[in-house]
Amino acid sequence: MPHTASSSSEYRLELRGIGKTYPGVIANDGIDLRVNPGEIHAIVGENGAGKSTLMKIIYGMVHADSGDMLWDGREVSITSPADAQRLGIGMVFQHFALFDTLTVAENIALALPGKQNIEILSGRIADVATHYGLPVEPGRHIYTMSVGERQRVEIISALLQNPRLLILDEPTSVLTPQAVEKLFITLRQIAEEGCSILYISHKLNEIRDLCHKATILRGGRVTGVCDPSLESPASMARLMIGTDLADYRQRTRSVAGAVRLAVNGLDLPTADPFGTILSSITLSVRGGEILGIAGVSGNGQQELLAALSGETRLARRDAIIIDGAPAGHLDPAGRRKLGLCSVPEDRLRQGSVPSLPLSENVLLTANSGGAVEAGLIRFDRILDFAERCIRAFDVRCPGPAAPAGSLSGGNLQKFIIGREILQEPGVLIVSQPTWGVDVGAALVIRQALLDLRERGAAIVVISEELDELFDIADHIAVIAGGRLTEATAIADANRNDIGLAMSGSRMEKEMADAL
Amino acid sequence: MMSQILPILIATLIAGTPLVYAALGELVTERSGVLNMGVEGMMVVGAVIAFITMQTTGELWLAVMTAMLAAMLLALMFSVLVVSFRAHQVAVGLAMTIFGTSFGSFIGKSYVGMAIVMEPSTLSALASKIPLLGIVLGQLHPLVWLSWALFAGVWFFLYRTRYGLIVRAVGEAPSSAHAIGYPVVLIRYLCTLFGGAMAGVAGAYISIVYTSLWTEGLIAGRGWIAVALVVFATWRPGRCFLGAYLFGGATIAQLFAQSAGIGLPSELMSALPYLVTILVLVLISRNATLMRLNVPASLGQPFVAGG
Amino acid sequence: MRFERRPKPSTLMIFLSPVISLVLTASVAMVIFASAGLEPLGALVTFLTAPLADLYGVGELLIKAAPLVLIGIGLAIGFRAGIWNVGAEGQLTAGVIFGGYVALHFGPDGGLSVLPAMVISGAIGGMIWAAIPAFLRVRFNASEILTSLMLNYVAGLWLTWLIFGPWRDPAGFNFPQSEPLAPAALFPILVEGTRMNASIIFALIAVVMGWIFMKRSFIGFQLKVTGLSAGAARYAGFSVTRAVWIGMLVSGAVAGMAGVGEIAGPLAQIFPNASPGYGYAAIIVAYLGRLNPLGILLSGLLMALLYLAGDLAQMSLGMPSSITGLLQSTLLFFLLTADVLVHHRIRFKTSGRKGVTA
Repeated sequence: MPHTASSSSEYRLELRGIGKTYPGVIANDGIDLRVNPGEIHAIVGENGAGKSTLMKIIYGMVHADSGDMLWDGREVSITSPADAQRLGIGMVFQHFALFDTLTVAENIALALPGKQNIEILSGRIADVATHYGLPVEPGRHIYTMSVGERQRVEIISALLQNPRLLILDEPTSVLTPQAVEKLFITLRQIAEEGCSILYISHKLNEIRDLCHKATILRGGRVTGVCDPSLESPASMARLMIGTDLADYRQRTRSVAGAVRLAVNGLDLPTADPFGTILSSITLSVRGGEILGIAGVSGNGQQELLAALSGETRLARRDAIIIDGAPAGHLDPAGRRKLGLCSVPEDRLRQGSVPSLPLSENVLLTANSGGAVEAGLIRFDRILDFAERCIRAFDVRCPGPAAPAGSLSGGNLQKFIIGREILQEPGVLIVSQPTWGVDVGAALVIRQALLDLRERGAAIVVISEELDELFDIADHIAVIAGGRLTEATAIADANRNDIGLAMSGSRMEKEMADAL
Repeated sequence: MMSQILPILIATLIAGTPLVYAALGELVTERSGVLNMGVEGMMVVGAVIAFITMQTTGELWLAVMTAMLAAMLLALMFSVLVVSFRAHQVAVGLAMTIFGTSFGSFIGKSYVGMAIVMEPSTLSALASKIPLLGIVLGQLHPLVWLSWALFAGVWFFLYRTRYGLIVRAVGEAPSSAHAIGYPVVLIRYLCTLFGGAMAGVAGAYISIVYTSLWTEGLIAGRGWIAVALVVFATWRPGRCFLGAYLFGGATIAQLFAQSAGIGLPSELMSALPYLVTILVLVLISRNATLMRLNVPASLGQPFVAGG
Repeated sequence: MRFERRPKPSTLMIFLSPVISLVLTASVAMVIFASAGLEPLGALVTFLTAPLADLYGVGELLIKAAPLVLIGIGLAIGFRAGIWNVGAEGQLTAGVIFGGYVALHFGPDGGLSVLPAMVISGAIGGMIWAAIPAFLRVRFNASEILTSLMLNYVAGLWLTWLIFGPWRDPAGFNFPQSEPLAPAALFPILVEGTRMNASIIFALIAVVMGWIFMKRSFIGFQLKVTGLSAGAARYAGFSVTRAVWIGMLVSGAVAGMAGVGEIAGPLAQIFPNASPGYGYAAIIVAYLGRLNPLGILLSGLLMALLYLAGDLAQMSLGMPSSITGLLQSTLLFFLLTADVLVHHRIRFKTSGRKGVTA
């Protein structure tokens, strides 16, 4: 969409020299931004570049330390989300601001100012939903809805406030490829009606597809402003990460060994009304192979990881077989003895204890074979292990005594994956290995997985990022609604089919059919 | 038959009233996500302040007011520590209870054993003239009627007003509420202060109307029973209201036993409310789905803005 | 004014905050003294030093501190794991009941085995009383705070029934007390001229074992993780069930032993209120000691001093003895407040921003 250049007084939103410093890290440094009316403007950067902080500043959740904000040419001070909403700024969060036990209409009633009549509001919700092609039932409770549906609720909620600037924070991380397309149609329609859009993402091909302009952040600073359609992914990537994207070391076509992990018809009910039931999960992974499990979050990935790692024990001993030994009844320690290690998706709430030093975090899983003697901890040995891990996986930190919570996301993730890999597992299960991790660390992590694969381990990677799976996996399966499809070889896999399989949950399918 | 049921009914209503106040107050507090374990201490403080005020001035409603204010002061301290400073809610609550109990014991020392002479309430006398209900109403203190109004008010507030919806939202997901623009901290303060005020009234009722004297151990764990009651009620006002009378009935089990001719040791009868509390806690807590759907999801966790 | 979270807990404040809370509590004490017409600083000095005037006083201090330290260590093990045992008072009472049974029935016959039997049965009694909330938590997910608390009242009533009933002192003129305990059921005095007995040794052993358990043992580490992060504990395979059982049973056992220490020690008889609220005071001791065995040793001594001071305050200063509980909980309060500064700091910000012109 062509745009005429506007003079300063006509920018919808302008930021001048915005800065924000947190203890120990400069999140934003002298940021300038100019957004025209009706423009879809991308904020590009890898994880940790400062995008989220900038958006929180614009939306009033965080106060900038320096710089000015101009709205329609006038200087403003936005000190709270209420201020932002009054100006006409709407936000769709990456992790939605919704209330599970309330209905759609009740949620939106809360988001809108003033007293709302639920019936009238439900009517308005239905109108907006139809107008923009975002099917939603006003009377449904949020906890029954899939992630994609919840996002539609968030968007409708923002649209009902007649925004003149809509901020979307990483909206496609929870969508299937088809749903992404539909979202883009909606966003283009919104922009044509005059609303500007700030689109935060690190997915370069999406940005080229959708956005008129892109401001690129790196290390808290603006490194470039461009028209994405005129740039190549490589040039944008260079601005985003500062160097050229490295490539993985050549993957040798190694011969796959025996089956090391076999899951047969795993069924797992759940007592959690917000959880997903697993049905008839069947998979097998050979030594020297990586099985990728694709899927939109909320389709049973967490439950599957818990069942595989031993966090949830199973009634049937032979539901899971590790190197030929039945393991369904074993807890994580028992499975580790058989050679199965795992990396959970939440590094701060599961994978580590943030307040404890890295050396003690070693003890969470690497606690057999020397770390513990006669029931007592050998501090020298866990310190040594931590140091080895730090060296081998390039973990940037003050040392093994540093609290885990003081590391950046990427470094902590490298440490946790390193901790598991150093135990030389025969089977490794990893969930969302590079979520929220900077490009450099993501590379190290994926390379480490490939190296482990070379050494004959069987690896399962559960990931929401299709690109990642296509990069490193040998086979790919899809989990949707608690069920797992059959695995296909990567060479034979078709992105479109995978995308359709990812939306296998009932509602998504109906939506796909409706359009 | 009627002559046997009526006194028991009246006694149950009277015994349950302090629990109605304290539990409904704690329910509102917990609905906003704050776990106040200091209810027992606030009730003690309310009781002793009310007693001293009543003893010195003879003004009932003044005594209730001062009790409310004293308990609210404790609740304010609690809120500052727990909501603003994000201290550990359970630890501070326990400290609050120990403090309130010690404080009550300390300043109430010289009042132990004194009795208040309660004049019969003129309002109750008027009420006894109402046909049919008068028999019951007339034997109840106006504070009991007010507790019924409280129940209706809390229910209406939580489920029929926008502000009640906001409170529920804050308790469920304070970060979401903050993102939408609601003052989470202020809402939690207000709900905690309300809970404290109600605990104060509960304590005042006990020391002035119910027993009309002050001793150590007067509250005897009823503040704790109120906290358990909120769990038993799965955070719903209706169940809370009924449960208060169930537990109130347990505290006067002696009465039931006597009229039924059962001769059990008085200590066992006295232990009944505590045992019943344990029993109902177990019955409710074991249902994980029920708990998950009803517990305010953020209960007990500190709220960090922008986190 | 804003509160900001510190990137790392401030080591300075970790040491400073107990000091600050002591100073503040002392100030509150002085205010109380002043309002009673006493000279504040002098009264404070008297308050704190009078109990320690002689060897007997020091002995009293140690005897009072022993149960507090013993129970405090047990509680700390549970608290670190997020197991909130508020029922130490009831577990202590259960120890009194079980140990008292042995004392009353086997004591008069004498013999060296009476005392060990009392201690063991007291520990068992405490463990049983703690096992109930543990079981209810593990099996039914019922809050151990509320269940253990309710059981405090039940235990107290049970003891009351025993003393007014089967255990009533026949020569006691209907006073609520049991027979005096036989000599074989009493702890021997360790130091002439004082009432110090073996419970002091138990307390010291508890400190050492507690330290090894909490700081050096793998199980202690598992409990610590369980308390810090439920998610990490699940991931690591550290069983919450086991943590609940260990936390509750250990504190129950030591509380029961402390109960036996009371009746076999200073009291030499069983009264309905065998414990002046030790079960609750031990919670304060544990917290004040920062859930650390050495810290608990110090805070136990401090709290014992406050107990003695409170008792004496009646005679020397004319204050009710409940001033003890008041100062103890005030101390806890100030500590919890000052502790905030360990993890947060105060920022005074002048906001020069204009308002929103919408």
